[in-house]
Order: sequence, then structure tokens, then C-alpha cells
Amino acid sequence: MTESNPIRSFLLGLLTWFIGLLFFFPVFWMVLNGFKEEADANTDPKLFFDPTLDRYRDIASGDQGLLSFGEAFTNSAWAVIVSTILVLILAVPAAYALSIRPVAKWRDVLFFFISTKFLPIVAAILPLWIIARELDILNTRLVLIVLYTAMNLPLAVWMLRSFFQEVPRELIEAAQLDGASLRGQITSVILPIAAPGLAATALLCVIFAWNEFFLAVQLNPVDGSTVPIWVTSNVSTRGNFLARLSAASTVATLPVLIAGWVAQKRMIRGLAMGAIK
Amino acid sequence: MAQVRYDEATRIYPGTDIAAVDRLDLDIADGEFLVVVGPSGSGKSTALRMLAGLEFIDNGSIHIGERDVTLVPPKERDIAMVFQNYALYPQMSVAANMGFALKQQGIPKEERQRRVAEAARILDLEPYLERKPKNLSGGQRQRVAMGRAIVREPQVFLMDEPLSNLDAKLRVQTRTQLADLQADLGVTTVYVTHDQVEAMTLGDRVAVLESGKLQQCASPREMYSRPANRFVAGFIGSPAMNLLEVDGGDGSGVALGSMTVPLDGEVGRSVGAHPSVTLGVRPEHLALVPSDGDRTLPGRVSVVEDLGSEAFVHIDVEHRGETTQIVVRGEGESDVRRDDNVAIGLGGPIHLFGPGGERLN
Repeated sequence: MTESNPIRSFLLGLLTWFIGLLFFFPVFWMVLNGFKEEADANTDPKLFFDPTLDRYRDIASGDQGLLSFGEAFTNSAWAVIVSTILVLILAVPAAYALSIRPVAKWRDVLFFFISTKFLPIVAAILPLWIIARELDILNTRLVLIVLYTAMNLPLAVWMLRSFFQEVPRELIEAAQLDGASLRGQITSVILPIAAPGLAATALLCVIFAWNEFFLAVQLNPVDGSTVPIWVTSNVSTRGNFLARLSAASTVATLPVLIAGWVAQKRMIRGLAMGAIK
Repeated sequence: MAQVRYDEATRIYPGTDIAAVDRLDLDIADGEFLVVVGPSGSGKSTALRMLAGLEFIDNGSIHIGERDVTLVPPKERDIAMVFQNYALYPQMSVAANMGFALKQQGIPKEERQRRVAEAARILDLEPYLERKPKNLSGGQRQRVAMGRAIVREPQVFLMDEPLSNLDAKLRVQTRTQLADLQADLGVTTVYVTHDQVEAMTLGDRVAVLESGKLQQCASPREMYSRPANRFVAGFIGSPAMNLLEVDGGDGSGVALGSMTVPLDGEVGRSVGAHPSVTLGVRPEHLALVPSDGDRTLPGRVSVVEDLGSEAFVHIDVEHRGETTQIVVRGEGESDVRRDDNVAIGLGGPIHLFGPGGERLN
């Protein structure tokens, strides 16, 4: 878009705002509902109401479900953080071997990684469940850590590979000539330059692992359950629950928002570091 | 410090049949400044990268000092390289950039700081040591890249077009400093450039590469006055040497248009052996003179490039029934104008090349 027709850009701006608000509105409504009485949340949509923190008190006390928020949050944090760290530890060398010094058949390897995503997870759940049972790791954090690592690894390898390819080749060669070992080249040259990409990759892994529901509900229905399962535990068979569920969903969203904010700062700082010339 | 030897060194890129560098033989003396020059794609950068250990050597060998480094990884070759785009680590300060190699060698911090400070002093970088590369000007970045090489006190400096990202004025200035610095340090230097002015002014010797093959390796003066073949003759010198196909004839002389250039006995015999040879004359060895029968060549001026101290006059002449252009160097502030009818006279040595481009005289 090089031409700047004022009417055209105004209309485009309008359209952008419209689409943006369209996406934002449900989230806004959810946050709003969390501050309502159940009765208000379930009647005709009301924009003006007396806000209350009672729903947040309800979900914090956790009287209704078996799973408390604290427990679910700790389980989620373990599964998310450990799996993301594992993913990065495994994906960095893999991405290096697929970009900077490509191994033989690197295209096939790359395709293999992504092909593991072709299988619908539903088709794999029964074998996974049986394996987990045989290993006696059902209802543990470990099973989720392993599966989330496996789930995010292909994506991380693909992403990091494309970020590594952006690292100017001369910098790596300069580091080689300067006597840096392979590890030195990766830690002191490649990773600092690819830091924004690393942050973006880590963020996506965190988001996907944090929001994962299917595996968690199938494999850890009793113990080791995560925040998404805790959110659904606020669905009640007796009485209204929309406001309470909204409050729970809002709480479940916050950590991802914070992670996004942290990663974004990191990404911008990386971009501002400047290219090589 | 050490001498460097390429011994039939060959590089064939995977997936190609043609050698990027073809059986390169070069001997570089200890402390010598060798400039490798050639057009793009001539293999000059590949040759340098082979010495750096960044390119695999498919055939032949490379020695640094007494050591065969053909299979030695880059970090163990004790060389420092200055890249065209400087390749400074963007996340590190100037001091950290310069000290990085020393840190990798495990040199203690005080020693590192001392050597970085010394290099910074030589290169006038002292005020910038704590800055990041993005906060430096092009010239300063270039100096940091130089500094990174100097602090290492390596056996050989490798430079891959280190001045090509500078503007014209800074390039000339830096060129002088570079020559001075190299002479002071006395470190063997291999310098790659496509700029023949850099080659002629910097090099103790110049190596001309074309299509991966070494064409000639000689001092700048010899390269200029006795080019080994037609390619070197056309490549070295600006404006380029006038190169014209002429009939070999009986060897007593060759005809340039209506002008006859007499030849000596031995040269004449080798010229006479070919039906057609190439005659080369540098612009400064021609002059605008009063017309004098078959000792001068008449022509019509098409362009005058007056540079003040000298002028290059492009003249259309009739040669072998076709109009060709010949460049003559004339005096500056010349009175010659476009469309003037002039006569060209020979005032210096000529160069003769056989059908394969080889030198005949």
C-alpha cells in the first residue's frame, strides 16, 4: 500500500477497528460477567450493574469442586514451565542442525517433525493412556510434562530454524575464527541475536501448554489437573454459574497475558539491537 | 607471523562441476601484503575463505608457516579475518567485540584489557569502547573490525573487501591508514578486493584471479607494465588499456588502422606466427600529435573526460574497416573538443598477446 488515499485508509482503519472489536468483545463480556451477580449475568445483557468481587471470592474458596485453584495453578505452572524449558533445550540444537549446518536430508527431517502433528490427538489418546497407565504415571505432572514437550517440540524446531537462518552467516564464521567452540558460538552469538525469536517461540509453547485441555482431562482427571480443568470445575449442575465461570476464565487468562507482555518486551528489545551493519 | 603457501589448492562447490578456485599456487612471504583481485565470481573470496578454513579444500593443500592447515579447523589456524560487513557481534560492546577472541583463548582479564586498550589507542577507538556497534559510524565499525583482528596478534590477517562499505573519501583515508598499520605490525596479510586501485596501492604483490585461475602474481608495477596476458592487461589500469585485434602479417610490423607499428626481430617472429594477435597500448602511451603519414592514426574525438590534471580523450578511429574507440591520455585543461579531427601518435611501449591471450613480447 504505497498510495495514501485518505478515504481509503479511513475505511480500512474503520474495518480494522470493527474486526478488532468483534474479536475483543467476547473477552470484554467475559471479564464484565465475572464482576456480576449470577442473576444479572443470566438475564438480559446489562452493561450497567453493581460490580462485585463475590465471584472471585467463590472461586478462591473453591467449595464446589474438588480441585482448588492453587493446586491447579501449581500443576499448570509445573507442566508449562518445565515442558517449555525442555522444548527449548531440545529445539535449539535441532534447529541449529537444520539451519546453520544442515544435516543430510534436512528437508525430510523437517517434514518428519511437522508430520507428527498430522495425527489427530483423539486417535492417539487410547495408546497414550495405556502407556501412561503401564508406566504408572497417570494423574501425575510428569505425564503432562512429557506430552506437552512432545506436542510443542515440532513447532519450536520449525520456528527456531527460521529465526536461526536470519542470523548473519559472517557472525558465526567470525566466532569460529575467534576460537569459539560450537557451544560458544550458539550461546554467545546465535542465541543473543535470535533472542526475539526465542522469546516468541517460548511464548507460543507457554500458551499452547497452558491452554491444553484434552490430554489433561483424559490423563489427569483426578490428580495433577491443570487450570483449564479447574475452569470447567466451576460449571455447576445446580443453579446458575455463568458469572462464576467468567471469573474463573478471567483468572485463567491472566498468566498468559503476563507471559505475553514479558515476551513482547524481550522481542522489542531484541529487534532494537540492530542488524549487523 | 608466517609465510602462507597455496599448493594446487582447489575448491569445487558441491553440486557444481566447475572449480571455484582451480589449482591455485601462491607463495606469500612472511610479512608480505598480498592483494588478491579479480572480477565478481573470480573465486577471490573463496580463495581467502579456504585459507580461513571456512571452505573445504577439495584438492591440494594450504600451509601456514611450516604447518599444513588443509584439514585444520578455523580456530586452530591462528588467523584473524576482517569481513566485508565487519560481522561485529551486535549485542557486545566495542571492547567485548575486540576481546572476544582473547576470552575464548582463556587469556586473563588484565592482559585482555591491556591488549584491547592498546588496539583501541592505535585505531583511535578509545572513546567508543563501551558503545554497541549500532551506535557507531561506518568508519568506526570498520576500525573495530580491524581492532578485533589486531588484538589477536595472529600469524596472518585475512581481509575480505574491508573498505567496500565505506564512502569514497573515507575509503581513501582508511586505505592509507591500513597500509601504514600493516607495515608497522609486519603481519602477513592477504587482502581480497575487486577494486584495482586498492590492489595497486596496498599490495606488495598483487594476484589476479579470473574464473578461479591465477592469471598473474607480481608487484603492482610489473603487473601494470608487463601484464602476463590479455585478461590482466584489460583488468589492471584505469581507464583500461586499449586492446585491438590486428593482423600478424609478416612480422615486420602490425597495422593499427592506417598507422604502422614496427616490431623488433624476435617479437616480430612470434607475432608473424599468428594470423591475428591483440595489440595493447595504455592511454598514457598514446598522444595527440600533428598528423605524420603512416606513423600516426587519424580519428575524430567523441568524448573528452577532463579531470583537471589530465584528460582522457575517446577517439573514434577506422581500424580493419570498422569504427573502434581508442582512449588517449592528454593534458588537463585541454582544448580538444568533441568532433575535432586529431591524429594519434605512439609514445610508449606496446603489448602484444597471442590468440590464447598469452603475452608475446
